[in-house]
Amino acid sequence: MAKSIGKVRSHLVQNEKLLFELSTPGKVGYQLPALDVPEVAPEKALGGGQVRTEIEDFPEVSEVEVIRHFTRLSTWNYGIDLGLFPLGSCTMKYNPRINEAVARAEGLAWAHPYQPESLSQGAMEIIAVLERHLAEIFGHDAVTLQPAAGAHGEYTGIMLVRAYLESQGNPRKKVIVPDSAHGTNPATAIIAGYDVVTVKSNEHGMVDPAALAMAVDEDVAAMMITNPNTVGVFEENIVKICGILHAKGAQAYMDGANLNALVGIARPGDFGIDVLHSNLHKTFSTPHGGGGPGAGAVGVKAHLEPFLPEPRLKQAGEQWTWDYDRPQSIGRVRAYYGNFGVLVRALAYIMAHGGPGLKNATIDALLNANYIRARLKDRFKIAYDAPSMHECVFEDSVQEKQGARTGDIAKRLIDYGFHPYTVSFPLIVHGALMIEPTETEPKAELDAFCDALLAIASEVESNPETVKQAPEMTRTSRVDEVTAARKPVVRWKPVPR
Amino acid sequence: MLQACGLGSLDELYGHLPAEALLGRPLNIPAGVSEYEIGEYFKEQAGRNANGYASFLGAGVYAHFRPVLCDVVASRGEFLTSYTPYQAEMAQGTLTTIFEFQTMVCQLTGMEVANASMYDGSTAVPEAAMMASRVTGRQGFLAAANLHPEYRQVLDTAARNARMHVEGFGYDAETGRADLKALEGKISAETACVILQSPNFFGIVEDVKAAADLAHKHGALLVVVVAEAVSLGLMEPPRDADIVAGELQSFAISPSYGGPFAGIIATKEKYIRQIPGRLVGETKDADGNRAYCLTLSTREQHIRREKATSNICTNQALIALMATVFMSVYGKQGLRELAGQNLSKAHYLADGLDLRFKGPFFNEFVARPRGRTPEEANAALLDKKIIGGLPLGRFFPELKDSMLICATEMSKRADMDAVKETL
Repeated sequence: MAKSIGKVRSHLVQNEKLLFELSTPGKVGYQLPALDVPEVAPEKALGGGQVRTEIEDFPEVSEVEVIRHFTRLSTWNYGIDLGLFPLGSCTMKYNPRINEAVARAEGLAWAHPYQPESLSQGAMEIIAVLERHLAEIFGHDAVTLQPAAGAHGEYTGIMLVRAYLESQGNPRKKVIVPDSAHGTNPATAIIAGYDVVTVKSNEHGMVDPAALAMAVDEDVAAMMITNPNTVGVFEENIVKICGILHAKGAQAYMDGANLNALVGIARPGDFGIDVLHSNLHKTFSTPHGGGGPGAGAVGVKAHLEPFLPEPRLKQAGEQWTWDYDRPQSIGRVRAYYGNFGVLVRALAYIMAHGGPGLKNATIDALLNANYIRARLKDRFKIAYDAPSMHECVFEDSVQEKQGARTGDIAKRLIDYGFHPYTVSFPLIVHGALMIEPTETEPKAELDAFCDALLAIASEVESNPETVKQAPEMTRTSRVDEVTAARKPVVRWKPVPR
Repeated sequence: MLQACGLGSLDELYGHLPAEALLGRPLNIPAGVSEYEIGEYFKEQAGRNANGYASFLGAGVYAHFRPVLCDVVASRGEFLTSYTPYQAEMAQGTLTTIFEFQTMVCQLTGMEVANASMYDGSTAVPEAAMMASRVTGRQGFLAAANLHPEYRQVLDTAARNARMHVEGFGYDAETGRADLKALEGKISAETACVILQSPNFFGIVEDVKAAADLAHKHGALLVVVVAEAVSLGLMEPPRDADIVAGELQSFAISPSYGGPFAGIIATKEKYIRQIPGRLVGETKDADGNRAYCLTLSTREQHIRREKATSNICTNQALIALMATVFMSVYGKQGLRELAGQNLSKAHYLADGLDLRFKGPFFNEFVARPRGRTPEEANAALLDKKIIGGLPLGRFFPELKDSMLICATEMSKRADMDAVKETL
């Protein structure tokens, strides 16, 4: 492979044992202040049977060993700070560091959820302002910030639908989900107590209004729709789709995973969506952190507002107060008030951009995705001809003829120093390559990424085995996931002496 | 770039959207501001919260010292800005730390397997209950009245929507422990699990073994909830439980007005395929070297869709990483000493106060202020820049004369003396 193509390759560290294997009996890495009160004997205070002898096999390492261990492990990782992270539907944009700094301000980081409201006004104000800005962005009347993640927001949203319909006399039985939907959608509908009805996408990758009209009856509580959908295409009939649902008394739920394509341009509330969740760790730049924490804001139209999780913020004179007197509320979905630290970061992002900046970011996200599409479309088959929004989805049908599938191309991309795109999703695309660059990528980075994929397309023609054996430049070669699942080993155990 | 896309203007990028869907006006959000101004705004808001107060609040959120290394490691871009480790060859760092996390959670709780984390303690409870329902094929849950009231509310919400049934059982008014006689009267062949918190919401250590025996006699599982993880440094782990659901906020996670935190679910090996959420497993790469990857994903929503064990997708990897660093820094000796300091400080604080319950407690307890209400006592303490305990009337009307008070290794003797004087 040409060394001039690609970015971040090497793993600095090759060998690092697990903490347990690094331990030496008696070694410590901490120091506590001297106890300024009389020491209490645990056996006396708790009763002998309640005191453990020791935490068997727990680590015993020094401070320098701790930092070296985790720093070494960090070199086996890849993050946005190293380069493009084009996971479709995941919106891996740059995470501004001012967000991290402000979330650590002492008065915010050390605020206890039960401290007096009079000493929590700053935290409450932050929540109130973020709710207001998100309501404006969504086109909704109210927003709850209690859900801890996107899937948790979905769950909250569907429970709101159930509570609303129950108040109308009938919670109904079914939730409609397109076959292109994220897996969380059907899983959510089930745990919220609904049966799932899947509708097929049409030849443009969109929901077909005629087919939908056939599926919607008086038993349908809601449809969960993603817009732009998971093939990166705006549902051109969205207004009609919401109309079909509403005509039968059903609710329109939108999965806002792809909201990064719409902010400042189009508002779900305006095109008929009753309830929406938005992943603040996607559109609003809070870091993914290797899989969380996130936050799943949920926006609703006024008719759903009485059912939002309790408590709700309320103004009492000059002060904010938490209102627990919410008789129609679905109840709590999480203790306290949500992932507050994530909310702080999201508000910092919105403030940095402002209204005009948010719209510009959206346009740049669309431009970057369309640029990648234009550069790759001659070598990779685009899944659907409809215009792309913030991501573009190809299929691997050309490369498959040489035996290389989307998963192989993804692994080869690692050799070129980029994180792969989303592999094999959505399921309706044959061997999907789902690419979302986000607005924060400079053109040079997009070009380097496209050069790498084009080089791989050539390798597939000339030397498919290289692609099928990839990666070769990483610390570990291809990891055997099948064996891991067959004989699960999910914790370290000492080797028997 | 526009030219490469075959477009004449930026507006054409979304020109195909139906006109009725377009916003057609600027967002009503003020124009962007500089990094400096953002910093000033949040400094101002932080200044309107409590600053410079000593606090004796616990109740599920504990003020423990955060070793500097926790933020140093979690701030590394390779961890902070990475994604869920689907591409194992590019995420061995995250995968290895999660494997260590799962191992340490097992060592702490006395369980055999643990997942990669849940959102928090409150959401781990319904996930554990649903798991018990899958294992037993039953739909009823019995929750101790001294379970964290907000955890109970989250459980109620989830159960109602899943068409399952939660019933409470009381606590002993003298000891503050769960009333196992009351439990015995309610447990039946419909009970999927008994849910017991230890130390419970009143800070009191429960008799896990007795509750387990009772649950098992009726074919139900025992779910033990641990909200104060530091207690596990000293206390016998709930080995007799079938599932441990808990909160790791105590391990280097700042209170942050209630989140983000990290929950745990740990259980016996035989239930591994019923665990919700992510699991990391050990395997080998193509060259036979040890490697890690996400595993048993056939339980999960992105593969199983409507047949998944849970809809959970995102977990709390970065928070779990901080907790992992915390556990590494303190280690075997440190966690015990830390727990010992908490125990000693809380008992110093409690000495001479009017304790509501007689059961053994770890680092928090229920006390009745003498001659004034909890609210009046707290108001007097606020004048001394001390945030007192949590008045319990809002959750337990029968305890409206009492407050829940917590001491940790960060509680200073002088502040504790001021509290003792006021109560």
